[in-house]
Amino acid sequence: MTAEQQTTGTDEFIKGLWSQNPVFVQVLGMCPVLAVTNTAMNALAMGLATAFVLLMSNIVVSSIRGFVPKQVRIVTFILVIASFVTIVDYVIQAVSLDLHKALGAFISLIVVNCLILGRAEAFASKNGLGRSILDGLGMGIGFTFALLCLGGAREILGSGSLFDLPLFGDSFQEWVIMVLPAGGFFTLAGWLLLFNWRATRKTKSAGEVQA
Amino acid sequence: MNQEPLWSIFINACLINNFVLAYFLGICPFLGVSAKLATATRMGLAVMFVMLVSSTCAYGIQALLLWIDAPYLKLISFIAVIASTVQLVEMFIKKMSPTLFRALGIFLPLITTNCAILGLALFQTNKGYGFAQSIIYALGAGAGFTLALILMAGLREKLELARTPDVVKGTAITLIIAGLLSVCFMGFAGLGSSQ
Amino acid sequence: MTGAPPQETPDPGLVFKMYRAVVGVGLVCGLAIVTVFEITRPIIARNKIEARQRAILYVLPGATDSAAFSRQAAGNFVDLPVDAPGELVFAGYDAAGGLVGLAIEAQGMGYQDIVRVLYGYSFDQQTVLAIRVLESRETPGLGDRVEKDAAFLRNFGELDVQLAAAGDALAHPIEFVKSGTKTSAWQIDGITGATITSRAVTKMLSRSTAHWMPLVYSRRAEFAKPKEGAK
Repeated sequence: MTAEQQTTGTDEFIKGLWSQNPVFVQVLGMCPVLAVTNTAMNALAMGLATAFVLLMSNIVVSSIRGFVPKQVRIVTFILVIASFVTIVDYVIQAVSLDLHKALGAFISLIVVNCLILGRAEAFASKNGLGRSILDGLGMGIGFTFALLCLGGAREILGSGSLFDLPLFGDSFQEWVIMVLPAGGFFTLAGWLLLFNWRATRKTKSAGEVQA
Repeated sequence: MNQEPLWSIFINACLINNFVLAYFLGICPFLGVSAKLATATRMGLAVMFVMLVSSTCAYGIQALLLWIDAPYLKLISFIAVIASTVQLVEMFIKKMSPTLFRALGIFLPLITTNCAILGLALFQTNKGYGFAQSIIYALGAGAGFTLALILMAGLREKLELARTPDVVKGTAITLIIAGLLSVCFMGFAGLGSSQ
Repeated sequence: MTGAPPQETPDPGLVFKMYRAVVGVGLVCGLAIVTVFEITRPIIARNKIEARQRAILYVLPGATDSAAFSRQAAGNFVDLPVDAPGELVFAGYDAAGGLVGLAIEAQGMGYQDIVRVLYGYSFDQQTVLAIRVLESRETPGLGDRVEKDAAFLRNFGELDVQLAAAGDALAHPIEFVKSGTKTSAWQIDGITGATITSRAVTKMLSRSTAHWMPLVYSRRAEFAKPKEGAK
């Protein structure tokens, strides 16, 4: 029994990282994914903020799940999420005003990130504390990882740097469009293509094995 | 207080800083409901309608919060009030005009979690818009959203007939089209400053 | 799950439970938010003032200290605490306490969105000393060159904003010219490839200097360094 639970616990953690990655596979929470990933730093900060809110809301929702009648569960979940987002908003302002300026209103918009409410509703309200923590961690890290992939690619192509460290010489002509809104769409499309391609190749080879 | 002229606010929200293509707000419905032209149009109108309502509410809340000096309750009260207003509006429409309800009905609950609505409320208070400015801002943002959605739906209906490789089918090709649309909308930038 | 089983008639216990849950969660959340807000508020306020101070000292080279002033209804200026609300101008002082100049904020519509800049004004030379962009969403690599382009920023080394003899207007309002065609000290060379943004910056400076210079120039004495501890 314990062994079985442990394996499923690890699975809960791993699935968010890869097989059910919130961005690349589930295509959830797109707004911040596209909007604030013009540099790797912004992407990392946004990813961590979202992961924190996700983890905390999973913890709280999971612990109060017996206490909340199901008619009012969405309202209470949103209350919980909105409080954590407000807290994160103030903490980021206290840590770095520049960062807060770069992320702008998108910190507040974590509230309406479908990923968080989705996990609260679909997982944390039905599962125990431990597994909810693992799920929140996995999804949070998976989300941050995806944001970093996008932010990194866009910063390297669009500004020729990574985390503000210049990568190329002066002769590098920045591909400005990548840090503009349009670049967000293109980069995400590129990553999705990569995942699709891998998936199709896998099913193909699996089909060959079966045949 | 912000002195921006109304026409400039409208152009800005609708074209230059289009909510979908420049701010990336409301991407979920943009990707989800843009497959058919007819649904896209109705969704756009529903969003515009909810934007107007929630923008008015947000203006009221902001005034109230300033009055009781509790800025930290902004986010929590915005989301709560917007969600409940949409529900009220939904019930009201259902009672008053079943035709309108059939047209907009199924979209209304979806819209509550549309980040464009909350984004609008937050941007409008950040910019310090007055009442008339807020209304125009909501109208512009809604019109911009509808425009982007309709353009996208039109393109996707054509795309059905085109031959696309298997790998790009689905979200990927939609995103690429959205990117191209976004590039097109960059051409509108600068409209506001050529006075 | 301990939730009530689905029932046809709502029982009063369930209503009570619903109220208990929503009000309870709301109360706890409210408490948490207020606590964090109270803890972070002084830090945030300090950060904001520090960021502004850095900008002020940047646009007023040689200044080491600053004070905030606000224009009163009678036209005179009085010093205020640095965190006072409303439209402020900032006076910068060198180490000896002498007035270096004023830092004034200007804003206007850029290419994408509102651009806010802070500029330094020198009473001695009647020039703009430097500018700093406080807020902009201009296109990276194009419009945002108004923040970084060395040739463009050199425009503001000694930009002439001398008053006309009557003292109620500028002798030469700041003008925008195409890149490389600057001939007079009151002109600003635009940036090729960022014409609209550089013209927008010029325009907001032109408007702001035309508004402020006649108001402040004759009142230089009012910007003397306030006594320590006054703020």
